[in-house]
Amino acid sequence: MIAFSPENESKFQTLLTKYETKRSVLLPALHLAQEQWGFISPEIMVFLATKLDIPPAHVYEVVAFYTMFRKKDMGQYFLQVCNNITCTMMGSEEIIAAVREELGIGLNEMTEDKMFSLVPVQCLGSCDTAPVIQVNEDYFEKLSPETVKSLIRKLRSGEKVESQEERC
Amino acid sequence: MLAKEKQVLLRHIDTPELKKISVYEDTGGYQALKKALTMKPDEIIEEVKKSGLRGRGGAGFPTGMKWSFVPFNSGKPIYLLCNADESEPGTFKDRVIIEKNPHNLIEGIIISSYAVRCNKSYIYIRGEYAYGARVLQKAVEEAYAKGYLGKNILGSSHSLELVVHRGAGAYICGEETGLISSLEGKKGYPRLKPPFPAVQGFLECPTVVNNVETLSTIPWILNNTGAEYAKYGKEKSTGTRLYCLSGWLNKPGTYEDVLGMPLKELLETHGGGMKNGAKLKAVIPGGSSTPPLTPEEVDKMTMDYDDVGKYGTFLGSGGVIVIPEHFCLLKLLERLTEFYWDESCGQCTPCREGTGWLYKIIEGIYHGHGKESDIADIKKTAGNMMGTTICALSDAAAMPVLGYLKKFPHEFEAHIKTGKCPYGETH
Repeated sequence: MIAFSPENESKFQTLLTKYETKRSVLLPALHLAQEQWGFISPEIMVFLATKLDIPPAHVYEVVAFYTMFRKKDMGQYFLQVCNNITCTMMGSEEIIAAVREELGIGLNEMTEDKMFSLVPVQCLGSCDTAPVIQVNEDYFEKLSPETVKSLIRKLRSGEKVESQEERC
Repeated sequence: MLAKEKQVLLRHIDTPELKKISVYEDTGGYQALKKALTMKPDEIIEEVKKSGLRGRGGAGFPTGMKWSFVPFNSGKPIYLLCNADESEPGTFKDRVIIEKNPHNLIEGIIISSYAVRCNKSYIYIRGEYAYGARVLQKAVEEAYAKGYLGKNILGSSHSLELVVHRGAGAYICGEETGLISSLEGKKGYPRLKPPFPAVQGFLECPTVVNNVETLSTIPWILNNTGAEYAKYGKEKSTGTRLYCLSGWLNKPGTYEDVLGMPLKELLETHGGGMKNGAKLKAVIPGGSSTPPLTPEEVDKMTMDYDDVGKYGTFLGSGGVIVIPEHFCLLKLLERLTEFYWDESCGQCTPCREGTGWLYKIIEGIYHGHGKESDIADIKKTAGNMMGTTICALSDAAAMPVLGYLKKFPHEFEAHIKTGKCPYGETH
């Protein structure tokens, strides 16, 4: 039986008080579900549809529409590399090549140990610090092939990597 | 160059811990709110009209006028939605306000909500700005604790509930009606206008949608008057704005300066000129949807709403992208057309199909498979995409492609004639 953790259930109940309609709670509820399970499976979609009193079809179409909702397991570290105009101009192709060299995976692939996956994303709104990668929810900016390799090595070895909060 | 002490938005941005409410208050924060609550809502709208402030999200619609379209006595609740879905490639200014000065935005929202008689407001922030959402959430909680949000703000009759709502990765949700659909828990499908959101928006109620930078300007206007704000810039292009400089520059970043400043000066002074002394090829003046400028045009153009029209482009979102001579424009267009194809919501046929065709043709030319007939096909496809859809995404995808074709035809021709990329791009 699928259920939110007690902590997330309480967050979900708070969300219900903040919005005018239950359907409006769908996006925040999906974020919460993704935090708990890592991705949104068909079972989770039905679970949320039931909790929000909306048809499963409405949940499916929303999950499909928004790119941040992962439809499958993306591993522990989800590397999202911007390949829009400015990042491309400033070297995102070299960043992708460096990740491939370091991890042996290309775009839309996951390492066998399920530790890393790499996807291309659209502009992350950080063009002045291009090229940029978002790892799970944290931005890593002004990257070079060397710094992205070093970042991956740190993540793999469990060495401390400063979060965006700590850097800002 | 606008002196620091004259800045409207970034004057205090380097103050350590500005995101804390006490630090914001020490810089004069929340004084404008106190003043606003002694005024009548209509007086605030008048003041904003006098300022000449135009929406900084991209469309440039006069803010005070937008507010005055709201039917205040419809009996329905009125909503104020802050558009923080900053997703236009080349744009990263709202992020600076959100992450470093969230209370400036919150104060702007509270004042604006009072002006438009709204008691419930949402900040719709793009999902990728997870850090920004956490900063905002904390700031909102601080504002509640201080009595700036909630019931009877500072003892007045005005109440406001403010919710930080995260998007989930969809460019189209930055379009105001797409944003409304998304906030209702649906796919971000834009809606036909009219009815305009001011009359029928979120949950079919009167709704004002304003950009982060726009709302963050309101406290300054209240503190200093609309007339003072209108002294900055030019007639019809009053005030200051945030310029996002990116690309091949020595000092990319977010800078505040007046509207109507020469583009050349913006790039030289704030941007520090071309990186490594490279030669300039083109500039995108206001985010990826705005057609590009040639170096000759860059020398002449000023950043105001009227002058840009002479060069067939727009001020847009303030995202200025600088392209050096060595960067292939077909490569740029291949990225750009793929972006619009990826982000088209799929609702209207001209956009859903047209963005795919543009991408396919451009990709072919870039990869050396172009044909002479491609040029006519681009023009025909792009032509069919303009003015034929519910929202402006289709136009935003077609216009720049036509702009590059018109101003840089030789780049297309060189790829088509030689069957390869003249910049040595290998595929």
